[in-house]
Amino acid sequence: MIHRHTLTRLAADLRARKLSSVELVRTCLGRIEASQPALNAFISITAEQALDAAQAADRALARGDGGPLAGVPIGHKDLFCTAGVRTTCGSRMLENFVSPYDATVVERLKAAGAVVLGKLNMDEFAMGSSNETSYYGPVHNPWNTDMVPGGSSGGSAAAVCARLISAATATDTGGSIRQPAALCGVTGIKPTYGRVSRYGMIAFASSLDQGGVIAASAEDAALMLREMAGFDRRDSTSVDAPVPDYVAGLEAPLEGLKIGVLKEFFDEGLDPDNERCIREALSVLARLGAGLREVSLPNISLSVPAYYVVAPAECSSNLARYDGVRFGHRCESPRDLQDLYKRSRSEGFGAEVKRRIMTGTYVLSTGYYDAYYLKAQRVRQLIAADFQRAFGEVDLLVGPATPTAAFPLGSKVADPITMYLNDIYTISANLAGVPAMSIPCGFAQGLPVGLQLIGPHFAEQRLLHAAHRYQLETDWHLRIPERFA
Amino acid sequence: MYDFCTDFRFLDGTLMALTRAQVESIAHLARLELEPAEIPAFQDKLSRIVDFIGELERADTSGVAPMAHPLSGLSQRLRPDAVTEGDGRELYQRNAPQVASGLYLVPKVIE
Repeated sequence: MIHRHTLTRLAADLRARKLSSVELVRTCLGRIEASQPALNAFISITAEQALDAAQAADRALARGDGGPLAGVPIGHKDLFCTAGVRTTCGSRMLENFVSPYDATVVERLKAAGAVVLGKLNMDEFAMGSSNETSYYGPVHNPWNTDMVPGGSSGGSAAAVCARLISAATATDTGGSIRQPAALCGVTGIKPTYGRVSRYGMIAFASSLDQGGVIAASAEDAALMLREMAGFDRRDSTSVDAPVPDYVAGLEAPLEGLKIGVLKEFFDEGLDPDNERCIREALSVLARLGAGLREVSLPNISLSVPAYYVVAPAECSSNLARYDGVRFGHRCESPRDLQDLYKRSRSEGFGAEVKRRIMTGTYVLSTGYYDAYYLKAQRVRQLIAADFQRAFGEVDLLVGPATPTAAFPLGSKVADPITMYLNDIYTISANLAGVPAMSIPCGFAQGLPVGLQLIGPHFAEQRLLHAAHRYQLETDWHLRIPERFA
Repeated sequence: MYDFCTDFRFLDGTLMALTRAQVESIAHLARLELEPAEIPAFQDKLSRIVDFIGELERADTSGVAPMAHPLSGLSQRLRPDAVTEGDGRELYQRNAPQVASGLYLVPKVIE
């Protein structure tokens, strides 16, 4: 039963000594083991370290010490470096990579007392929207295991959905927090670019990557984010700005909040069942006192093609470091150095990662740089300006997080463009660097639907506040698949 | 090296696939070695991607500055040029495929 409690509730019960972290962690570890054949949400399970950390948390709590997250069970997406525990990034390339250091996010959550139960499955190098590109096998959606959980943070979303852990870290380069959160019916927040340190977060596309949270509720996400966010001198793009107390003020009324309904997101690609859920959610927000009006972002239709220039370009550069020399996979008996590079990389990377590296190499190559890369960066500017204009008129933007609910495993692997278009509603927030969330708002044929909230730079608190108020009125976020209830 | 500066589209705008040679050349630049049997699949999928990103052409971006950083008002921070990290070579080399006497080993480069 305790697995059904929210992170907020568990943190309070642990502090009140109503339960012990060891007892809680044992329960969760049992649930993780039992779920692996069906869900495959974890790449590594760190039972021994987790029990040690749980004991330490119990001791601290007994003394009246322990951080705000003392003793609560969490997991890390397997692209956050964890000292002494392998970090694979979902790739064969890093199958045996044991990070010599902790990512800042890992360090901060550890300092807050959270207990890490393992490393979560993901699309290889965070490139994918279905978790099917993982070298460690796909994750299955807990609502229906024939369906994808979304990606790339599919393990994070599935594990929180099935209540194997209370919350998980995740990352979002083009929708990798919000899309799986939507498809699994959980709450996900991608903060403003620079809000959460990227130090120790394995790079995919550095001008878009941002770490965040997947949790069962906005309140839980606020509690996690408060510990994760903040300036880090080790990340040169980390923003030196104070972090508000995201938990405080969640209860305030929504009256007077101006919400823009994103016109272009209600297009012909949006499934009618999803649209029905989104429209109902909008009426709940209106009932809560928010003022709704339609807002247009005219350049937003160019988001996906712009992204598929910028992200692969940065990826091809970032992934050049995997050369089989200093760490990562190395091929057997290389003939010479070129052969070492080529075979190590070709054996270590999967097909989607190779396609993205090659797309990036192509758009950055002589004669194409201006036509593709610079052009995409100019389009990016137009999209960012659209958001800036919109946020001059409204406080938040809302729309669907995804065009459809979860789709069957294997159904979209043949055509990369079909897969890329899953992120049609999420990518623009990354291009503009603005914070965005997905929260559960209903079901389409038995599968969860996500409502997306987008805010101006550094408006995480506003997003969490609106999401929390919505969750006080609705119970979609409390639904758990029967099999895992 | 292959000259990429050719038009991949027919005059009616339909997609002209990347050639096998082009795909092999891109793979070489990316230091990837594709199996001969997998090249057609890469040709097909990369052609679709190139076609898709070609949509950007229709955007009017005259007078628009390229955006390299999502928080445009901010400039990159600099740090003092001071040593902050200790020697972690031994620790780092635990992940290396092949080392000897603290050096990373690769196949002979100079004959």
